[in-house]
Amino acid sequence: MKSTNFIDNLPKVYGIYTGGFIGFIILMAIAEQMGMTAKAIGIAFVAFTVFIYALIGWLSRTAQADAYYVAGRQVPTVFNGMATAADWMSGASFVAMAGGIYFKGYGYMALLVGWTGGYVLVASLLAPYLRKFGCYTVPDFIGTRYGGNLARFSAVVVLTVASFTYVTAQINATGTIASVALDIPFQYAVYIGLISILLCSMLGGMRGVTWTQVAQYIVLIIAYLLPVFWISNKIGAGFFPHFMLADEVARIGELEAQFGFVKNSAADLATVPKGLAGITKAHSAVNASPWAFISLALAMMMGTASLPHVMMRYFTTPSVKAARKSVGWSLFFIFLLYSSAPMLATLSKLSLLDPNLSTGIIGKSVAEVQAIDWYQNWNTANLMFISDFNGNGTVELNEFFMGGKAVVLATPEIAGLPYVISGLVAAGGMAAAMSTADGLILAIANAISHDVYYKIIDPKAETAKRLVVARVLLVVIGFAGATIAAMEIQGILGSVIWAFDFAMSGLFFPLVLGVWWKRANRQGAIAGMLGGLAAGTWYLVWVRTGGSGFLGITQLTFGIFGSAVSLVAMVVVSLMTQEPDKATQKMVDEVRVPSGKTILGKQ
Amino acid sequence: MSNQEKHWEKSRGLLMITLAIWFVFSIGIFLFGAEMNEVTGPFGYPWTYWFTCQGSLGAFVILIFWFANRQEKIDEEFGFSEREDE
Repeated sequence: MKSTNFIDNLPKVYGIYTGGFIGFIILMAIAEQMGMTAKAIGIAFVAFTVFIYALIGWLSRTAQADAYYVAGRQVPTVFNGMATAADWMSGASFVAMAGGIYFKGYGYMALLVGWTGGYVLVASLLAPYLRKFGCYTVPDFIGTRYGGNLARFSAVVVLTVASFTYVTAQINATGTIASVALDIPFQYAVYIGLISILLCSMLGGMRGVTWTQVAQYIVLIIAYLLPVFWISNKIGAGFFPHFMLADEVARIGELEAQFGFVKNSAADLATVPKGLAGITKAHSAVNASPWAFISLALAMMMGTASLPHVMMRYFTTPSVKAARKSVGWSLFFIFLLYSSAPMLATLSKLSLLDPNLSTGIIGKSVAEVQAIDWYQNWNTANLMFISDFNGNGTVELNEFFMGGKAVVLATPEIAGLPYVISGLVAAGGMAAAMSTADGLILAIANAISHDVYYKIIDPKAETAKRLVVARVLLVVIGFAGATIAAMEIQGILGSVIWAFDFAMSGLFFPLVLGVWWKRANRQGAIAGMLGGLAAGTWYLVWVRTGGSGFLGITQLTFGIFGSAVSLVAMVVVSLMTQEPDKATQKMVDEVRVPSGKTILGKQ
Repeated sequence: MSNQEKHWEKSRGLLMITLAIWFVFSIGIFLFGAEMNEVTGPFGYPWTYWFTCQGSLGAFVILIFWFANRQEKIDEEFGFSEREDE
């Protein structure tokens, strides 16, 4: 899979793949009509797609360092865009995002703005320059730009903390979906998810991950968009929901006013299963203060530009020019899903709330709702719950509870779509979580194998030995992540947001100033990375243990404090110590122009 | 001023414009979220709601492509663009 011939044939290869996948969906739809059970369809979808990814992973096996670490630097812009989009859109984006919007409305949508706006920073501040650098990993850039093992090692520490926080959430998500689709206990499903993830990345490294991520993007985008369009058409909301749901959004506002947000007593809420929530916030009204919204968006944007698994995708493009364009394509492919999430939340909410729709449950009798098939299924799965708090026999808005995941996973069923769509959604969620987990595990394993083992411990190691170390680390880190995921400490979304805050606390300014401020030196960078990470972590622990916080910075935005400390520490320490030598300054000059050899290629 | 210094100065100028536009769509409009949401915007959605769903997101996509093209022009102007065979 390394000839240029393969690269030229990519559109054809993935065209056939997409056609084959659509064919599979149709086949399953026919099988459903012929009496195939829902469970069998779910298993078929997950097993079939995972098998394809594993096959791609096997075909991409390699023994070359360049292919293993940066996919041979020949991934075309558009395909790298798709791979990045899959890398980026995690189980949280796919499974939990629409749910978050459903429950929290406007305040939550700061994440949509944050997780897209960050790409402007990636494109303009970092990606093209790091590509010119020619590094294999993000700590590789830090280690070469600032010099010294301590700087390199500090970057590995920040990377590992941020990515590991993130990856447990992803393995958790693969486990959740595998356990629902395959109908096995979560503790085992987690490891099935992990093995699927490792099949994609172990043999081919970055090359394997790249080509599976493209395949996973195709599955996840079809799985996300098809139900949105289908439901919208089915309830007569409009054939192109993105442009046509204004009336539905307004209608939800009306219904909210009509039902009112009744606050439940603590005693009542204690009877609701853990992790489920009711609708307590307005759907489209501005329900958060400007600072609450902006600080969350800002933290996510700066975190985006600091997360190594995203940045390293731009190391795989053939040129600096291609790296820039590729960021644009990445965001375009992300946009397709993110702009659909609020539409799905709107459709889902309207389906459940509106008494004029046959699917609406608010105002119906409790006994009637409890007899509905889908309610029973999702209630058994611990994702839905009804309790007649006021004892009047009918379901009120404040008496219906749902898990965040259920909005995506259950809406097709609620809206009365055939089960084949639910199977497709499960496969899409699996693809989203797997692709992100792959990128993250690879980012950590590569940083440790390349930066710690090869650059610090044993610089004379042969390629074969380096790649063995890289693969062993991949498995070890994967299992560590799965073990922690199996303990179910933090919800999917919480840990994802923390990962962004950790990354921005330690890496944002050391990366950006490395390119944009020649005076930044080693001592400053180390102070920035370690100081930022320590300050951010301290703030998180402080707020979690009852601290009041300040300036409205919460446990979801602690990166704002961490990165501020990082910036100050880096500037002050840099100015107090000697300026970087001539060779380093010249290196920065060269990074700033696209032409010529990469920095590391020259050494 | 050397060729390279001029190139960097222009690149920095482009960065400032890019970040200014980015600021407007990611932060600026949400300073006035409540006020703007009273007004009906594109496709009949309330303005702020539309920006968080689609408007800002789409603006970022366009902004990155615009930035990439402008930066390419700057690189060409000063003879720093990459050769095709590299």
